Amino acid sequence: MTTSKRAAGRPLSPHLGIWRWSATMASSILHRFTGVGNAIGTGLLTWWLISLASGPEAYAQFSGFVSSMLGQLILFGFTLSLSYHLFNGIRHLFWDAGKNYDVHGSVVWSWFNVLGAIILTIGVWVLGYAMMGAA
Amino acid sequence: MGLRTPLSRVRGLGSAKQGTHHWILQRATAIALVPLTLFFLATMVSMAGMPYETARAFMSQPLITFCFALLIVAGLWHAKIGLGEVVADYIQTEGARVFLLLLINFLAFGLAAASLLAVLRLYVTG
Repeated sequence: MTTSKRAAGRPLSPHLGIWRWSATMASSILHRFTGVGNAIGTGLLTWWLISLASGPEAYAQFSGFVSSMLGQLILFGFTLSLSYHLFNGIRHLFWDAGKNYDVHGSVVWSWFNVLGAIILTIGVWVLGYAMMGAA
Repeated sequence: MGLRTPLSRVRGLGSAKQGTHHWILQRATAIALVPLTLFFLATMVSMAGMPYETARAFMSQPLITFCFALLIVAGLWHAKIGLGEVVADYIQTEGARVFLLLLINFLAFGLAAASLLAVLRLYVTG
């Protein structure tokens, strides 16, 4: 038990101040960051459900907020946050199964998850606006 | 450290008597949330621009309300554990930590109760 951490060659927690940024470090931080974001976004989901159950006036109030500039920005951020956490969460499940630990693959997956989240988010918004146009 | 053997520590038989409960629940809710999140995104897309009466009718369908109930429980449970982990990692002052953990738990249960009641009302009243 006297082996130093360096000798054991195990990865340490990312220390933001002293280490060069890497894709794997950024994706790990993003996972936590988006997790907190999703928790906050859940408040919006609750508000939406309550307003829908309460009546047209309450729903109009909610709709007014989410269709405002700030509301759209928050909603877009929530979509992006949810998408990233979904992609990277699946990767976490692979890790829990003891898979995908190689260095090169980890870097590739980090970029893939960021890219996938952006594509999914844009897809959701394009389809959403198309639905609004059709409605 | 101390005098305990590594085996005793990994068995999780410390004063807490458990150590893997949160870990397993976080993964179980994560697995459930993969299809539920996709369902949520798909619902939001198909409901975009829906007027109030249509939206309400849409959200009163049994299968939709069932999935939303699952989403709320799995999502807030996952959030409760995840936020608790963040607080445990970064907040070192005991008073602040207890306060934030209580706040997270109250908020998670509060939002879950409010959302479930809303979903139930949509289901029952149509």
